[in-house]
Amino acid sequence: MNREIFVLIEHRQGEIRDISFEMLTKARGLAQEKQVKVCALLFGTNLENLIEKTTSFADKVLVVEDKKLENFNAECYQRILANLLPQYNPFLTLIGHTAFGVDLAPSLAAQLNFPLVTDCVDLKWEDERLEAIRQMYGGKVNARISLMEASSYLATIRQAAFPVGEGNLKAEVVKIESLLEEIAYRKFIEYLEAAVGEVDITKANTVIAVGRGIKEQKNLALVEDLAKTLGGVLACSRPVVDAGWLPKDRQVGSSGKTVKPKLYIAIGISGAFQHISGMKNAETIIAINKDPNAPIFAEAHYGIVGDLFKVVPVLKEKIAEIKR
Amino acid sequence: MEIVVCLKRVPDTAEAEVKIAPGEKEIVKDRLVFDINEADNYALEEGLLLKEKFGGTVTLLTLGSKESEDVLRMGLAKGADSAIRLYDEKFSNADGYCTARILAQAIKNLKFDLILTGCIASDDGYTQVGVTLAELLDIPHASLVTGLEIKDKIIKVNRELEGGLLEVLEISLPALLTIQTGINEPRYASVIGIKRAGQKEIKVWGMNEIGLKEEETGEKGSKILLEQVFFPPVGKRAEILQGTNEEVSAQLSEIFKTKGLL
Ligand SMILES: Cc1cc2nc3c(=O)[nH]c(=O)nc-3n(C[C@H](O)[C@H](O)[C@H](O)COP(=O)(O)OP(=O)(O)OC[C@H]3O[C@@H](n4cnc5c(N)ncnc54)[C@H](O)[C@@H]3O)c2cc1C
Ligand SMILES: Nc1ncnc2c1ncn2[C@@H]1O[C@H](COP(=O)(O)O)[C@@H](O)[C@H]1O
Repeated sequence: MNREIFVLIEHRQGEIRDISFEMLTKARGLAQEKQVKVCALLFGTNLENLIEKTTSFADKVLVVEDKKLENFNAECYQRILANLLPQYNPFLTLIGHTAFGVDLAPSLAAQLNFPLVTDCVDLKWEDERLEAIRQMYGGKVNARISLMEASSYLATIRQAAFPVGEGNLKAEVVKIESLLEEIAYRKFIEYLEAAVGEVDITKANTVIAVGRGIKEQKNLALVEDLAKTLGGVLACSRPVVDAGWLPKDRQVGSSGKTVKPKLYIAIGISGAFQHISGMKNAETIIAINKDPNAPIFAEAHYGIVGDLFKVVPVLKEKIAEIKR
Repeated sequence: MEIVVCLKRVPDTAEAEVKIAPGEKEIVKDRLVFDINEADNYALEEGLLLKEKFGGTVTLLTLGSKESEDVLRMGLAKGADSAIRLYDEKFSNADGYCTARILAQAIKNLKFDLILTGCIASDDGYTQVGVTLAELLDIPHASLVTGLEIKDKIIKVNRELEGGLLEVLEISLPALLTIQTGINEPRYASVIGIKRAGQKEIKVWGMNEIGLKEEETGEKGSKILLEQVFFPPVGKRAEILQGTNEEVSAQLSEIFKTKGLL
């Protein structure tokens, strides 16, 4: 293997997203083993600032500037990449497994007939071949994946799966002309910020979060009582919001809020990575779950394996007792 | 409006003990409870709501074994008009790409304005089949959709990005949307609906019916190969408190106290 590894830089509203640096770091590790180069792909408008931030993490930055690329548009990105990848012929191209990447990578792979492995938590060399590790069944098992022989490969990378290394390279910046024609079928209208609610869970020192294990809306009172006793706020996982039991501003996770409280208690939450990404930096994490194999226990500092309907009332009483 | 909804039957593993089957290519499935994939239930509801608003039909499609007819029947009971199950021995072990290819080939035989899929299947978690399917059918797509409005062949959709941010965009019909959970409130099937659905015919299409070659299906038509499933390595793990509910509560309270959390 003596071809480059490409990384598609993801940016939004003028900021490069963390996943881009995580991918560049991982790509560099893979590239070093084979003594090949890492090339960042940066598309957009007014990119000077973003180019500067990228150069220390890659050997080369390929830049395409075009007004039509001001906001992420899967159609535009796909057209550019469908042109560029066969021409530059990298061995592998990394794209974030993000809202941006999942809208783009599968259709791009199908158009180019490249194998795509999605949501990778690891990538490694097996001699000259690439092997991917990804998760299945909500993170309860891992799968080792090989890719069919092809001219080039695509992989989408899970957020926060890889640390960001030190940026001490000095990339050559290559600007290429945008050959983008008019956008045919996909029109960006606007970004809508999440509505602000009455409680800001990101400001609380103590967050008590409840998940699907609570079973019914009326059972929320149980956990609310515990939250009150501890002087914390009530938060939740996504299914609780989907069911309409709590408003969206209480949702913790990748598509909700990121919290860093002193204490986070996850009750009846399995610990899907989309949830973990919103709370893993809490100082002390407690999980209460009846399933001893729930992935949440890999993230928590202390765990209680048991039925929340039995544990929570007793815990509440104990704490109330101490406080009296 | 002619609407096609792709449904997958998946095992519920959130609360179950998962075991790895001999051969290490699969998990043991015989004791698991199966149901419609969570996101697909929302996609189905969205299809039914659009049919109620604009008229037309809802056709359900699944690729799977005979047992997958359960999810098709449930969809019919809620008000879908017809259902097709794609099955052929040669389809087995299809990856995400190949699954999309088989679905695409079947859909080419149908009339459609809109195709709805879930954004992710909770078993394999590929997040891939819907957007691949759109490309293979050469129609526009939008993924992770949490809201939509259709006016004169134009769909305005809300896509959910990270951190609760929404991207609003417009695409033209015919199109494919991958639906995110929470977009609507899925209904329950009525008793009469269930009775009627029991009598409806479910078509079964194989390789010959949809016109795919053997090398285009199953493992041969796939782009990735699952070599092995294994349990995630135990890295750090919580200290599990032991004892009765009283005892663990007391221990936890003590931890709160020493850490100054009370
Ligand atoms: C693009 C995308 C974005 C997402 N964003 C988010 C996000 O921001 N936040 C988020 O949370 N999720 C998000 N999700 C969903 C995520 O993948 C999971 O589906 C979700 O986090 C699961 O929520 P849960 O743990 O409450 O439910 P489940 O996974 O169903 O787990 C329920 C848990 O409760 C336990 N339980 C059940 N009964 C009891 C009992 N009596 N006592 C004790 N324990 C019990 C079970 O053992 C199980 O572990 C997203 C998904 C996608 C595809
Ligand atoms: N075997 C299948 N039969 C029908 N639809 C499927 C099948 N597999 C995946 N899908 C659809 O594609 C979506 C995304 O699945 P995936 O890409 O596997 O995460 C699902 O929510 C379904 O709507």
